[in-house]
Amino acid sequence: MKDLSLHILDIVQNSVVALATSIQITIEKNLQKDFITLTISDNGKGMDKAFLERVTDPFTTTRTTRKVGLGIPLLKLNAERTGGNLAIQSELGKGTIIKATLIPSNIDCLPMGDVAGTISLLICSNPTINIEFTYMEDKKEYSICTRDIQESLEDVSIDNAAVYPLVKELIQSNLEELQIRNLG
Amino acid sequence: MTKVKSLADLKKMKEELQAKIEVREKGEVSENLVQIKVAMATCGIAAGAKPIMEFLIDELDKRGINAVVTQTGCMGYCYAEPTIEVKLPGKDPVIFGYVDKKKADEIIEKYIKNGELVDGIIPTNYETIDNK
Repeated sequence: MKDLSLHILDIVQNSVVALATSIQITIEKNLQKDFITLTISDNGKGMDKAFLERVTDPFTTTRTTRKVGLGIPLLKLNAERTGGNLAIQSELGKGTIIKATLIPSNIDCLPMGDVAGTISLLICSNPTINIEFTYMEDKKEYSICTRDIQESLEDVSIDNAAVYPLVKELIQSNLEELQIRNLG
Repeated sequence: MTKVKSLADLKKMKEELQAKIEVREKGEVSENLVQIKVAMATCGIAAGAKPIMEFLIDELDKRGINAVVTQTGCMGYCYAEPTIEVKLPGKDPVIFGYVDKKKADEIIEKYIKNGELVDGIIPTNYETIDNK
């Protein structure tokens, strides 16, 4: 993957396939303490212990169309490459929490990428799942969720193609503001 | 266009949006819409499916084609990513492989608008991914 936002896009698909109805995506960036964490938690069907142990193995997948599953192994690789790590907690029937920690001062740390685009794509293409996104940078925080957006849109459906650019702009402008405030 | 900065702004944009959608969707049920699925598993994302999906959403909107663009998982054609499945109303779905922006543009102009087939179709006795 070229950047961290693509990893998020990828990992969240696992939650979608696991039939989650609620997904929390949290990005925390702290340059003073030198860490970035990506946390994705869902209330999907979860994994049993045996599967959880094998899940970072690239030859583990639930798919039938191919024999390899690289989403989690690639994120693990990119996290460990910076000196960080990947932790997964899961309970059958309850859901899964996956947390990647990266060290941004390391030269191998991937850039953030198009976070606004990724999140809005996920929100707009999964209208039945409530996706909550939180971005924290130092002590500032921005969060938004599917439900709030759908409420503002009232009877216009969130998966309508015309909605996506608006949601992207909404998230983008808020993230930019957060970063500008941090610089100043 | 005014900038959308808050949920209140989004709410304001809603009416404008509604008018636009109503004009286009008049009398249409989803069966009559062009349905596009972009393969977005690890392989697709790594190959650049996200910019293609954004391109499709933008361009179909700009060109006034009423379509539903959704994500799907891996269709098993990892070698040919990014792949997209296009289903025209009343026709069987067709999968295109190696879709870059140029190819996507060609697919919209030739296949979606005129039903002309273009290069890059992955031939199979294919059923839509959801039935697999």
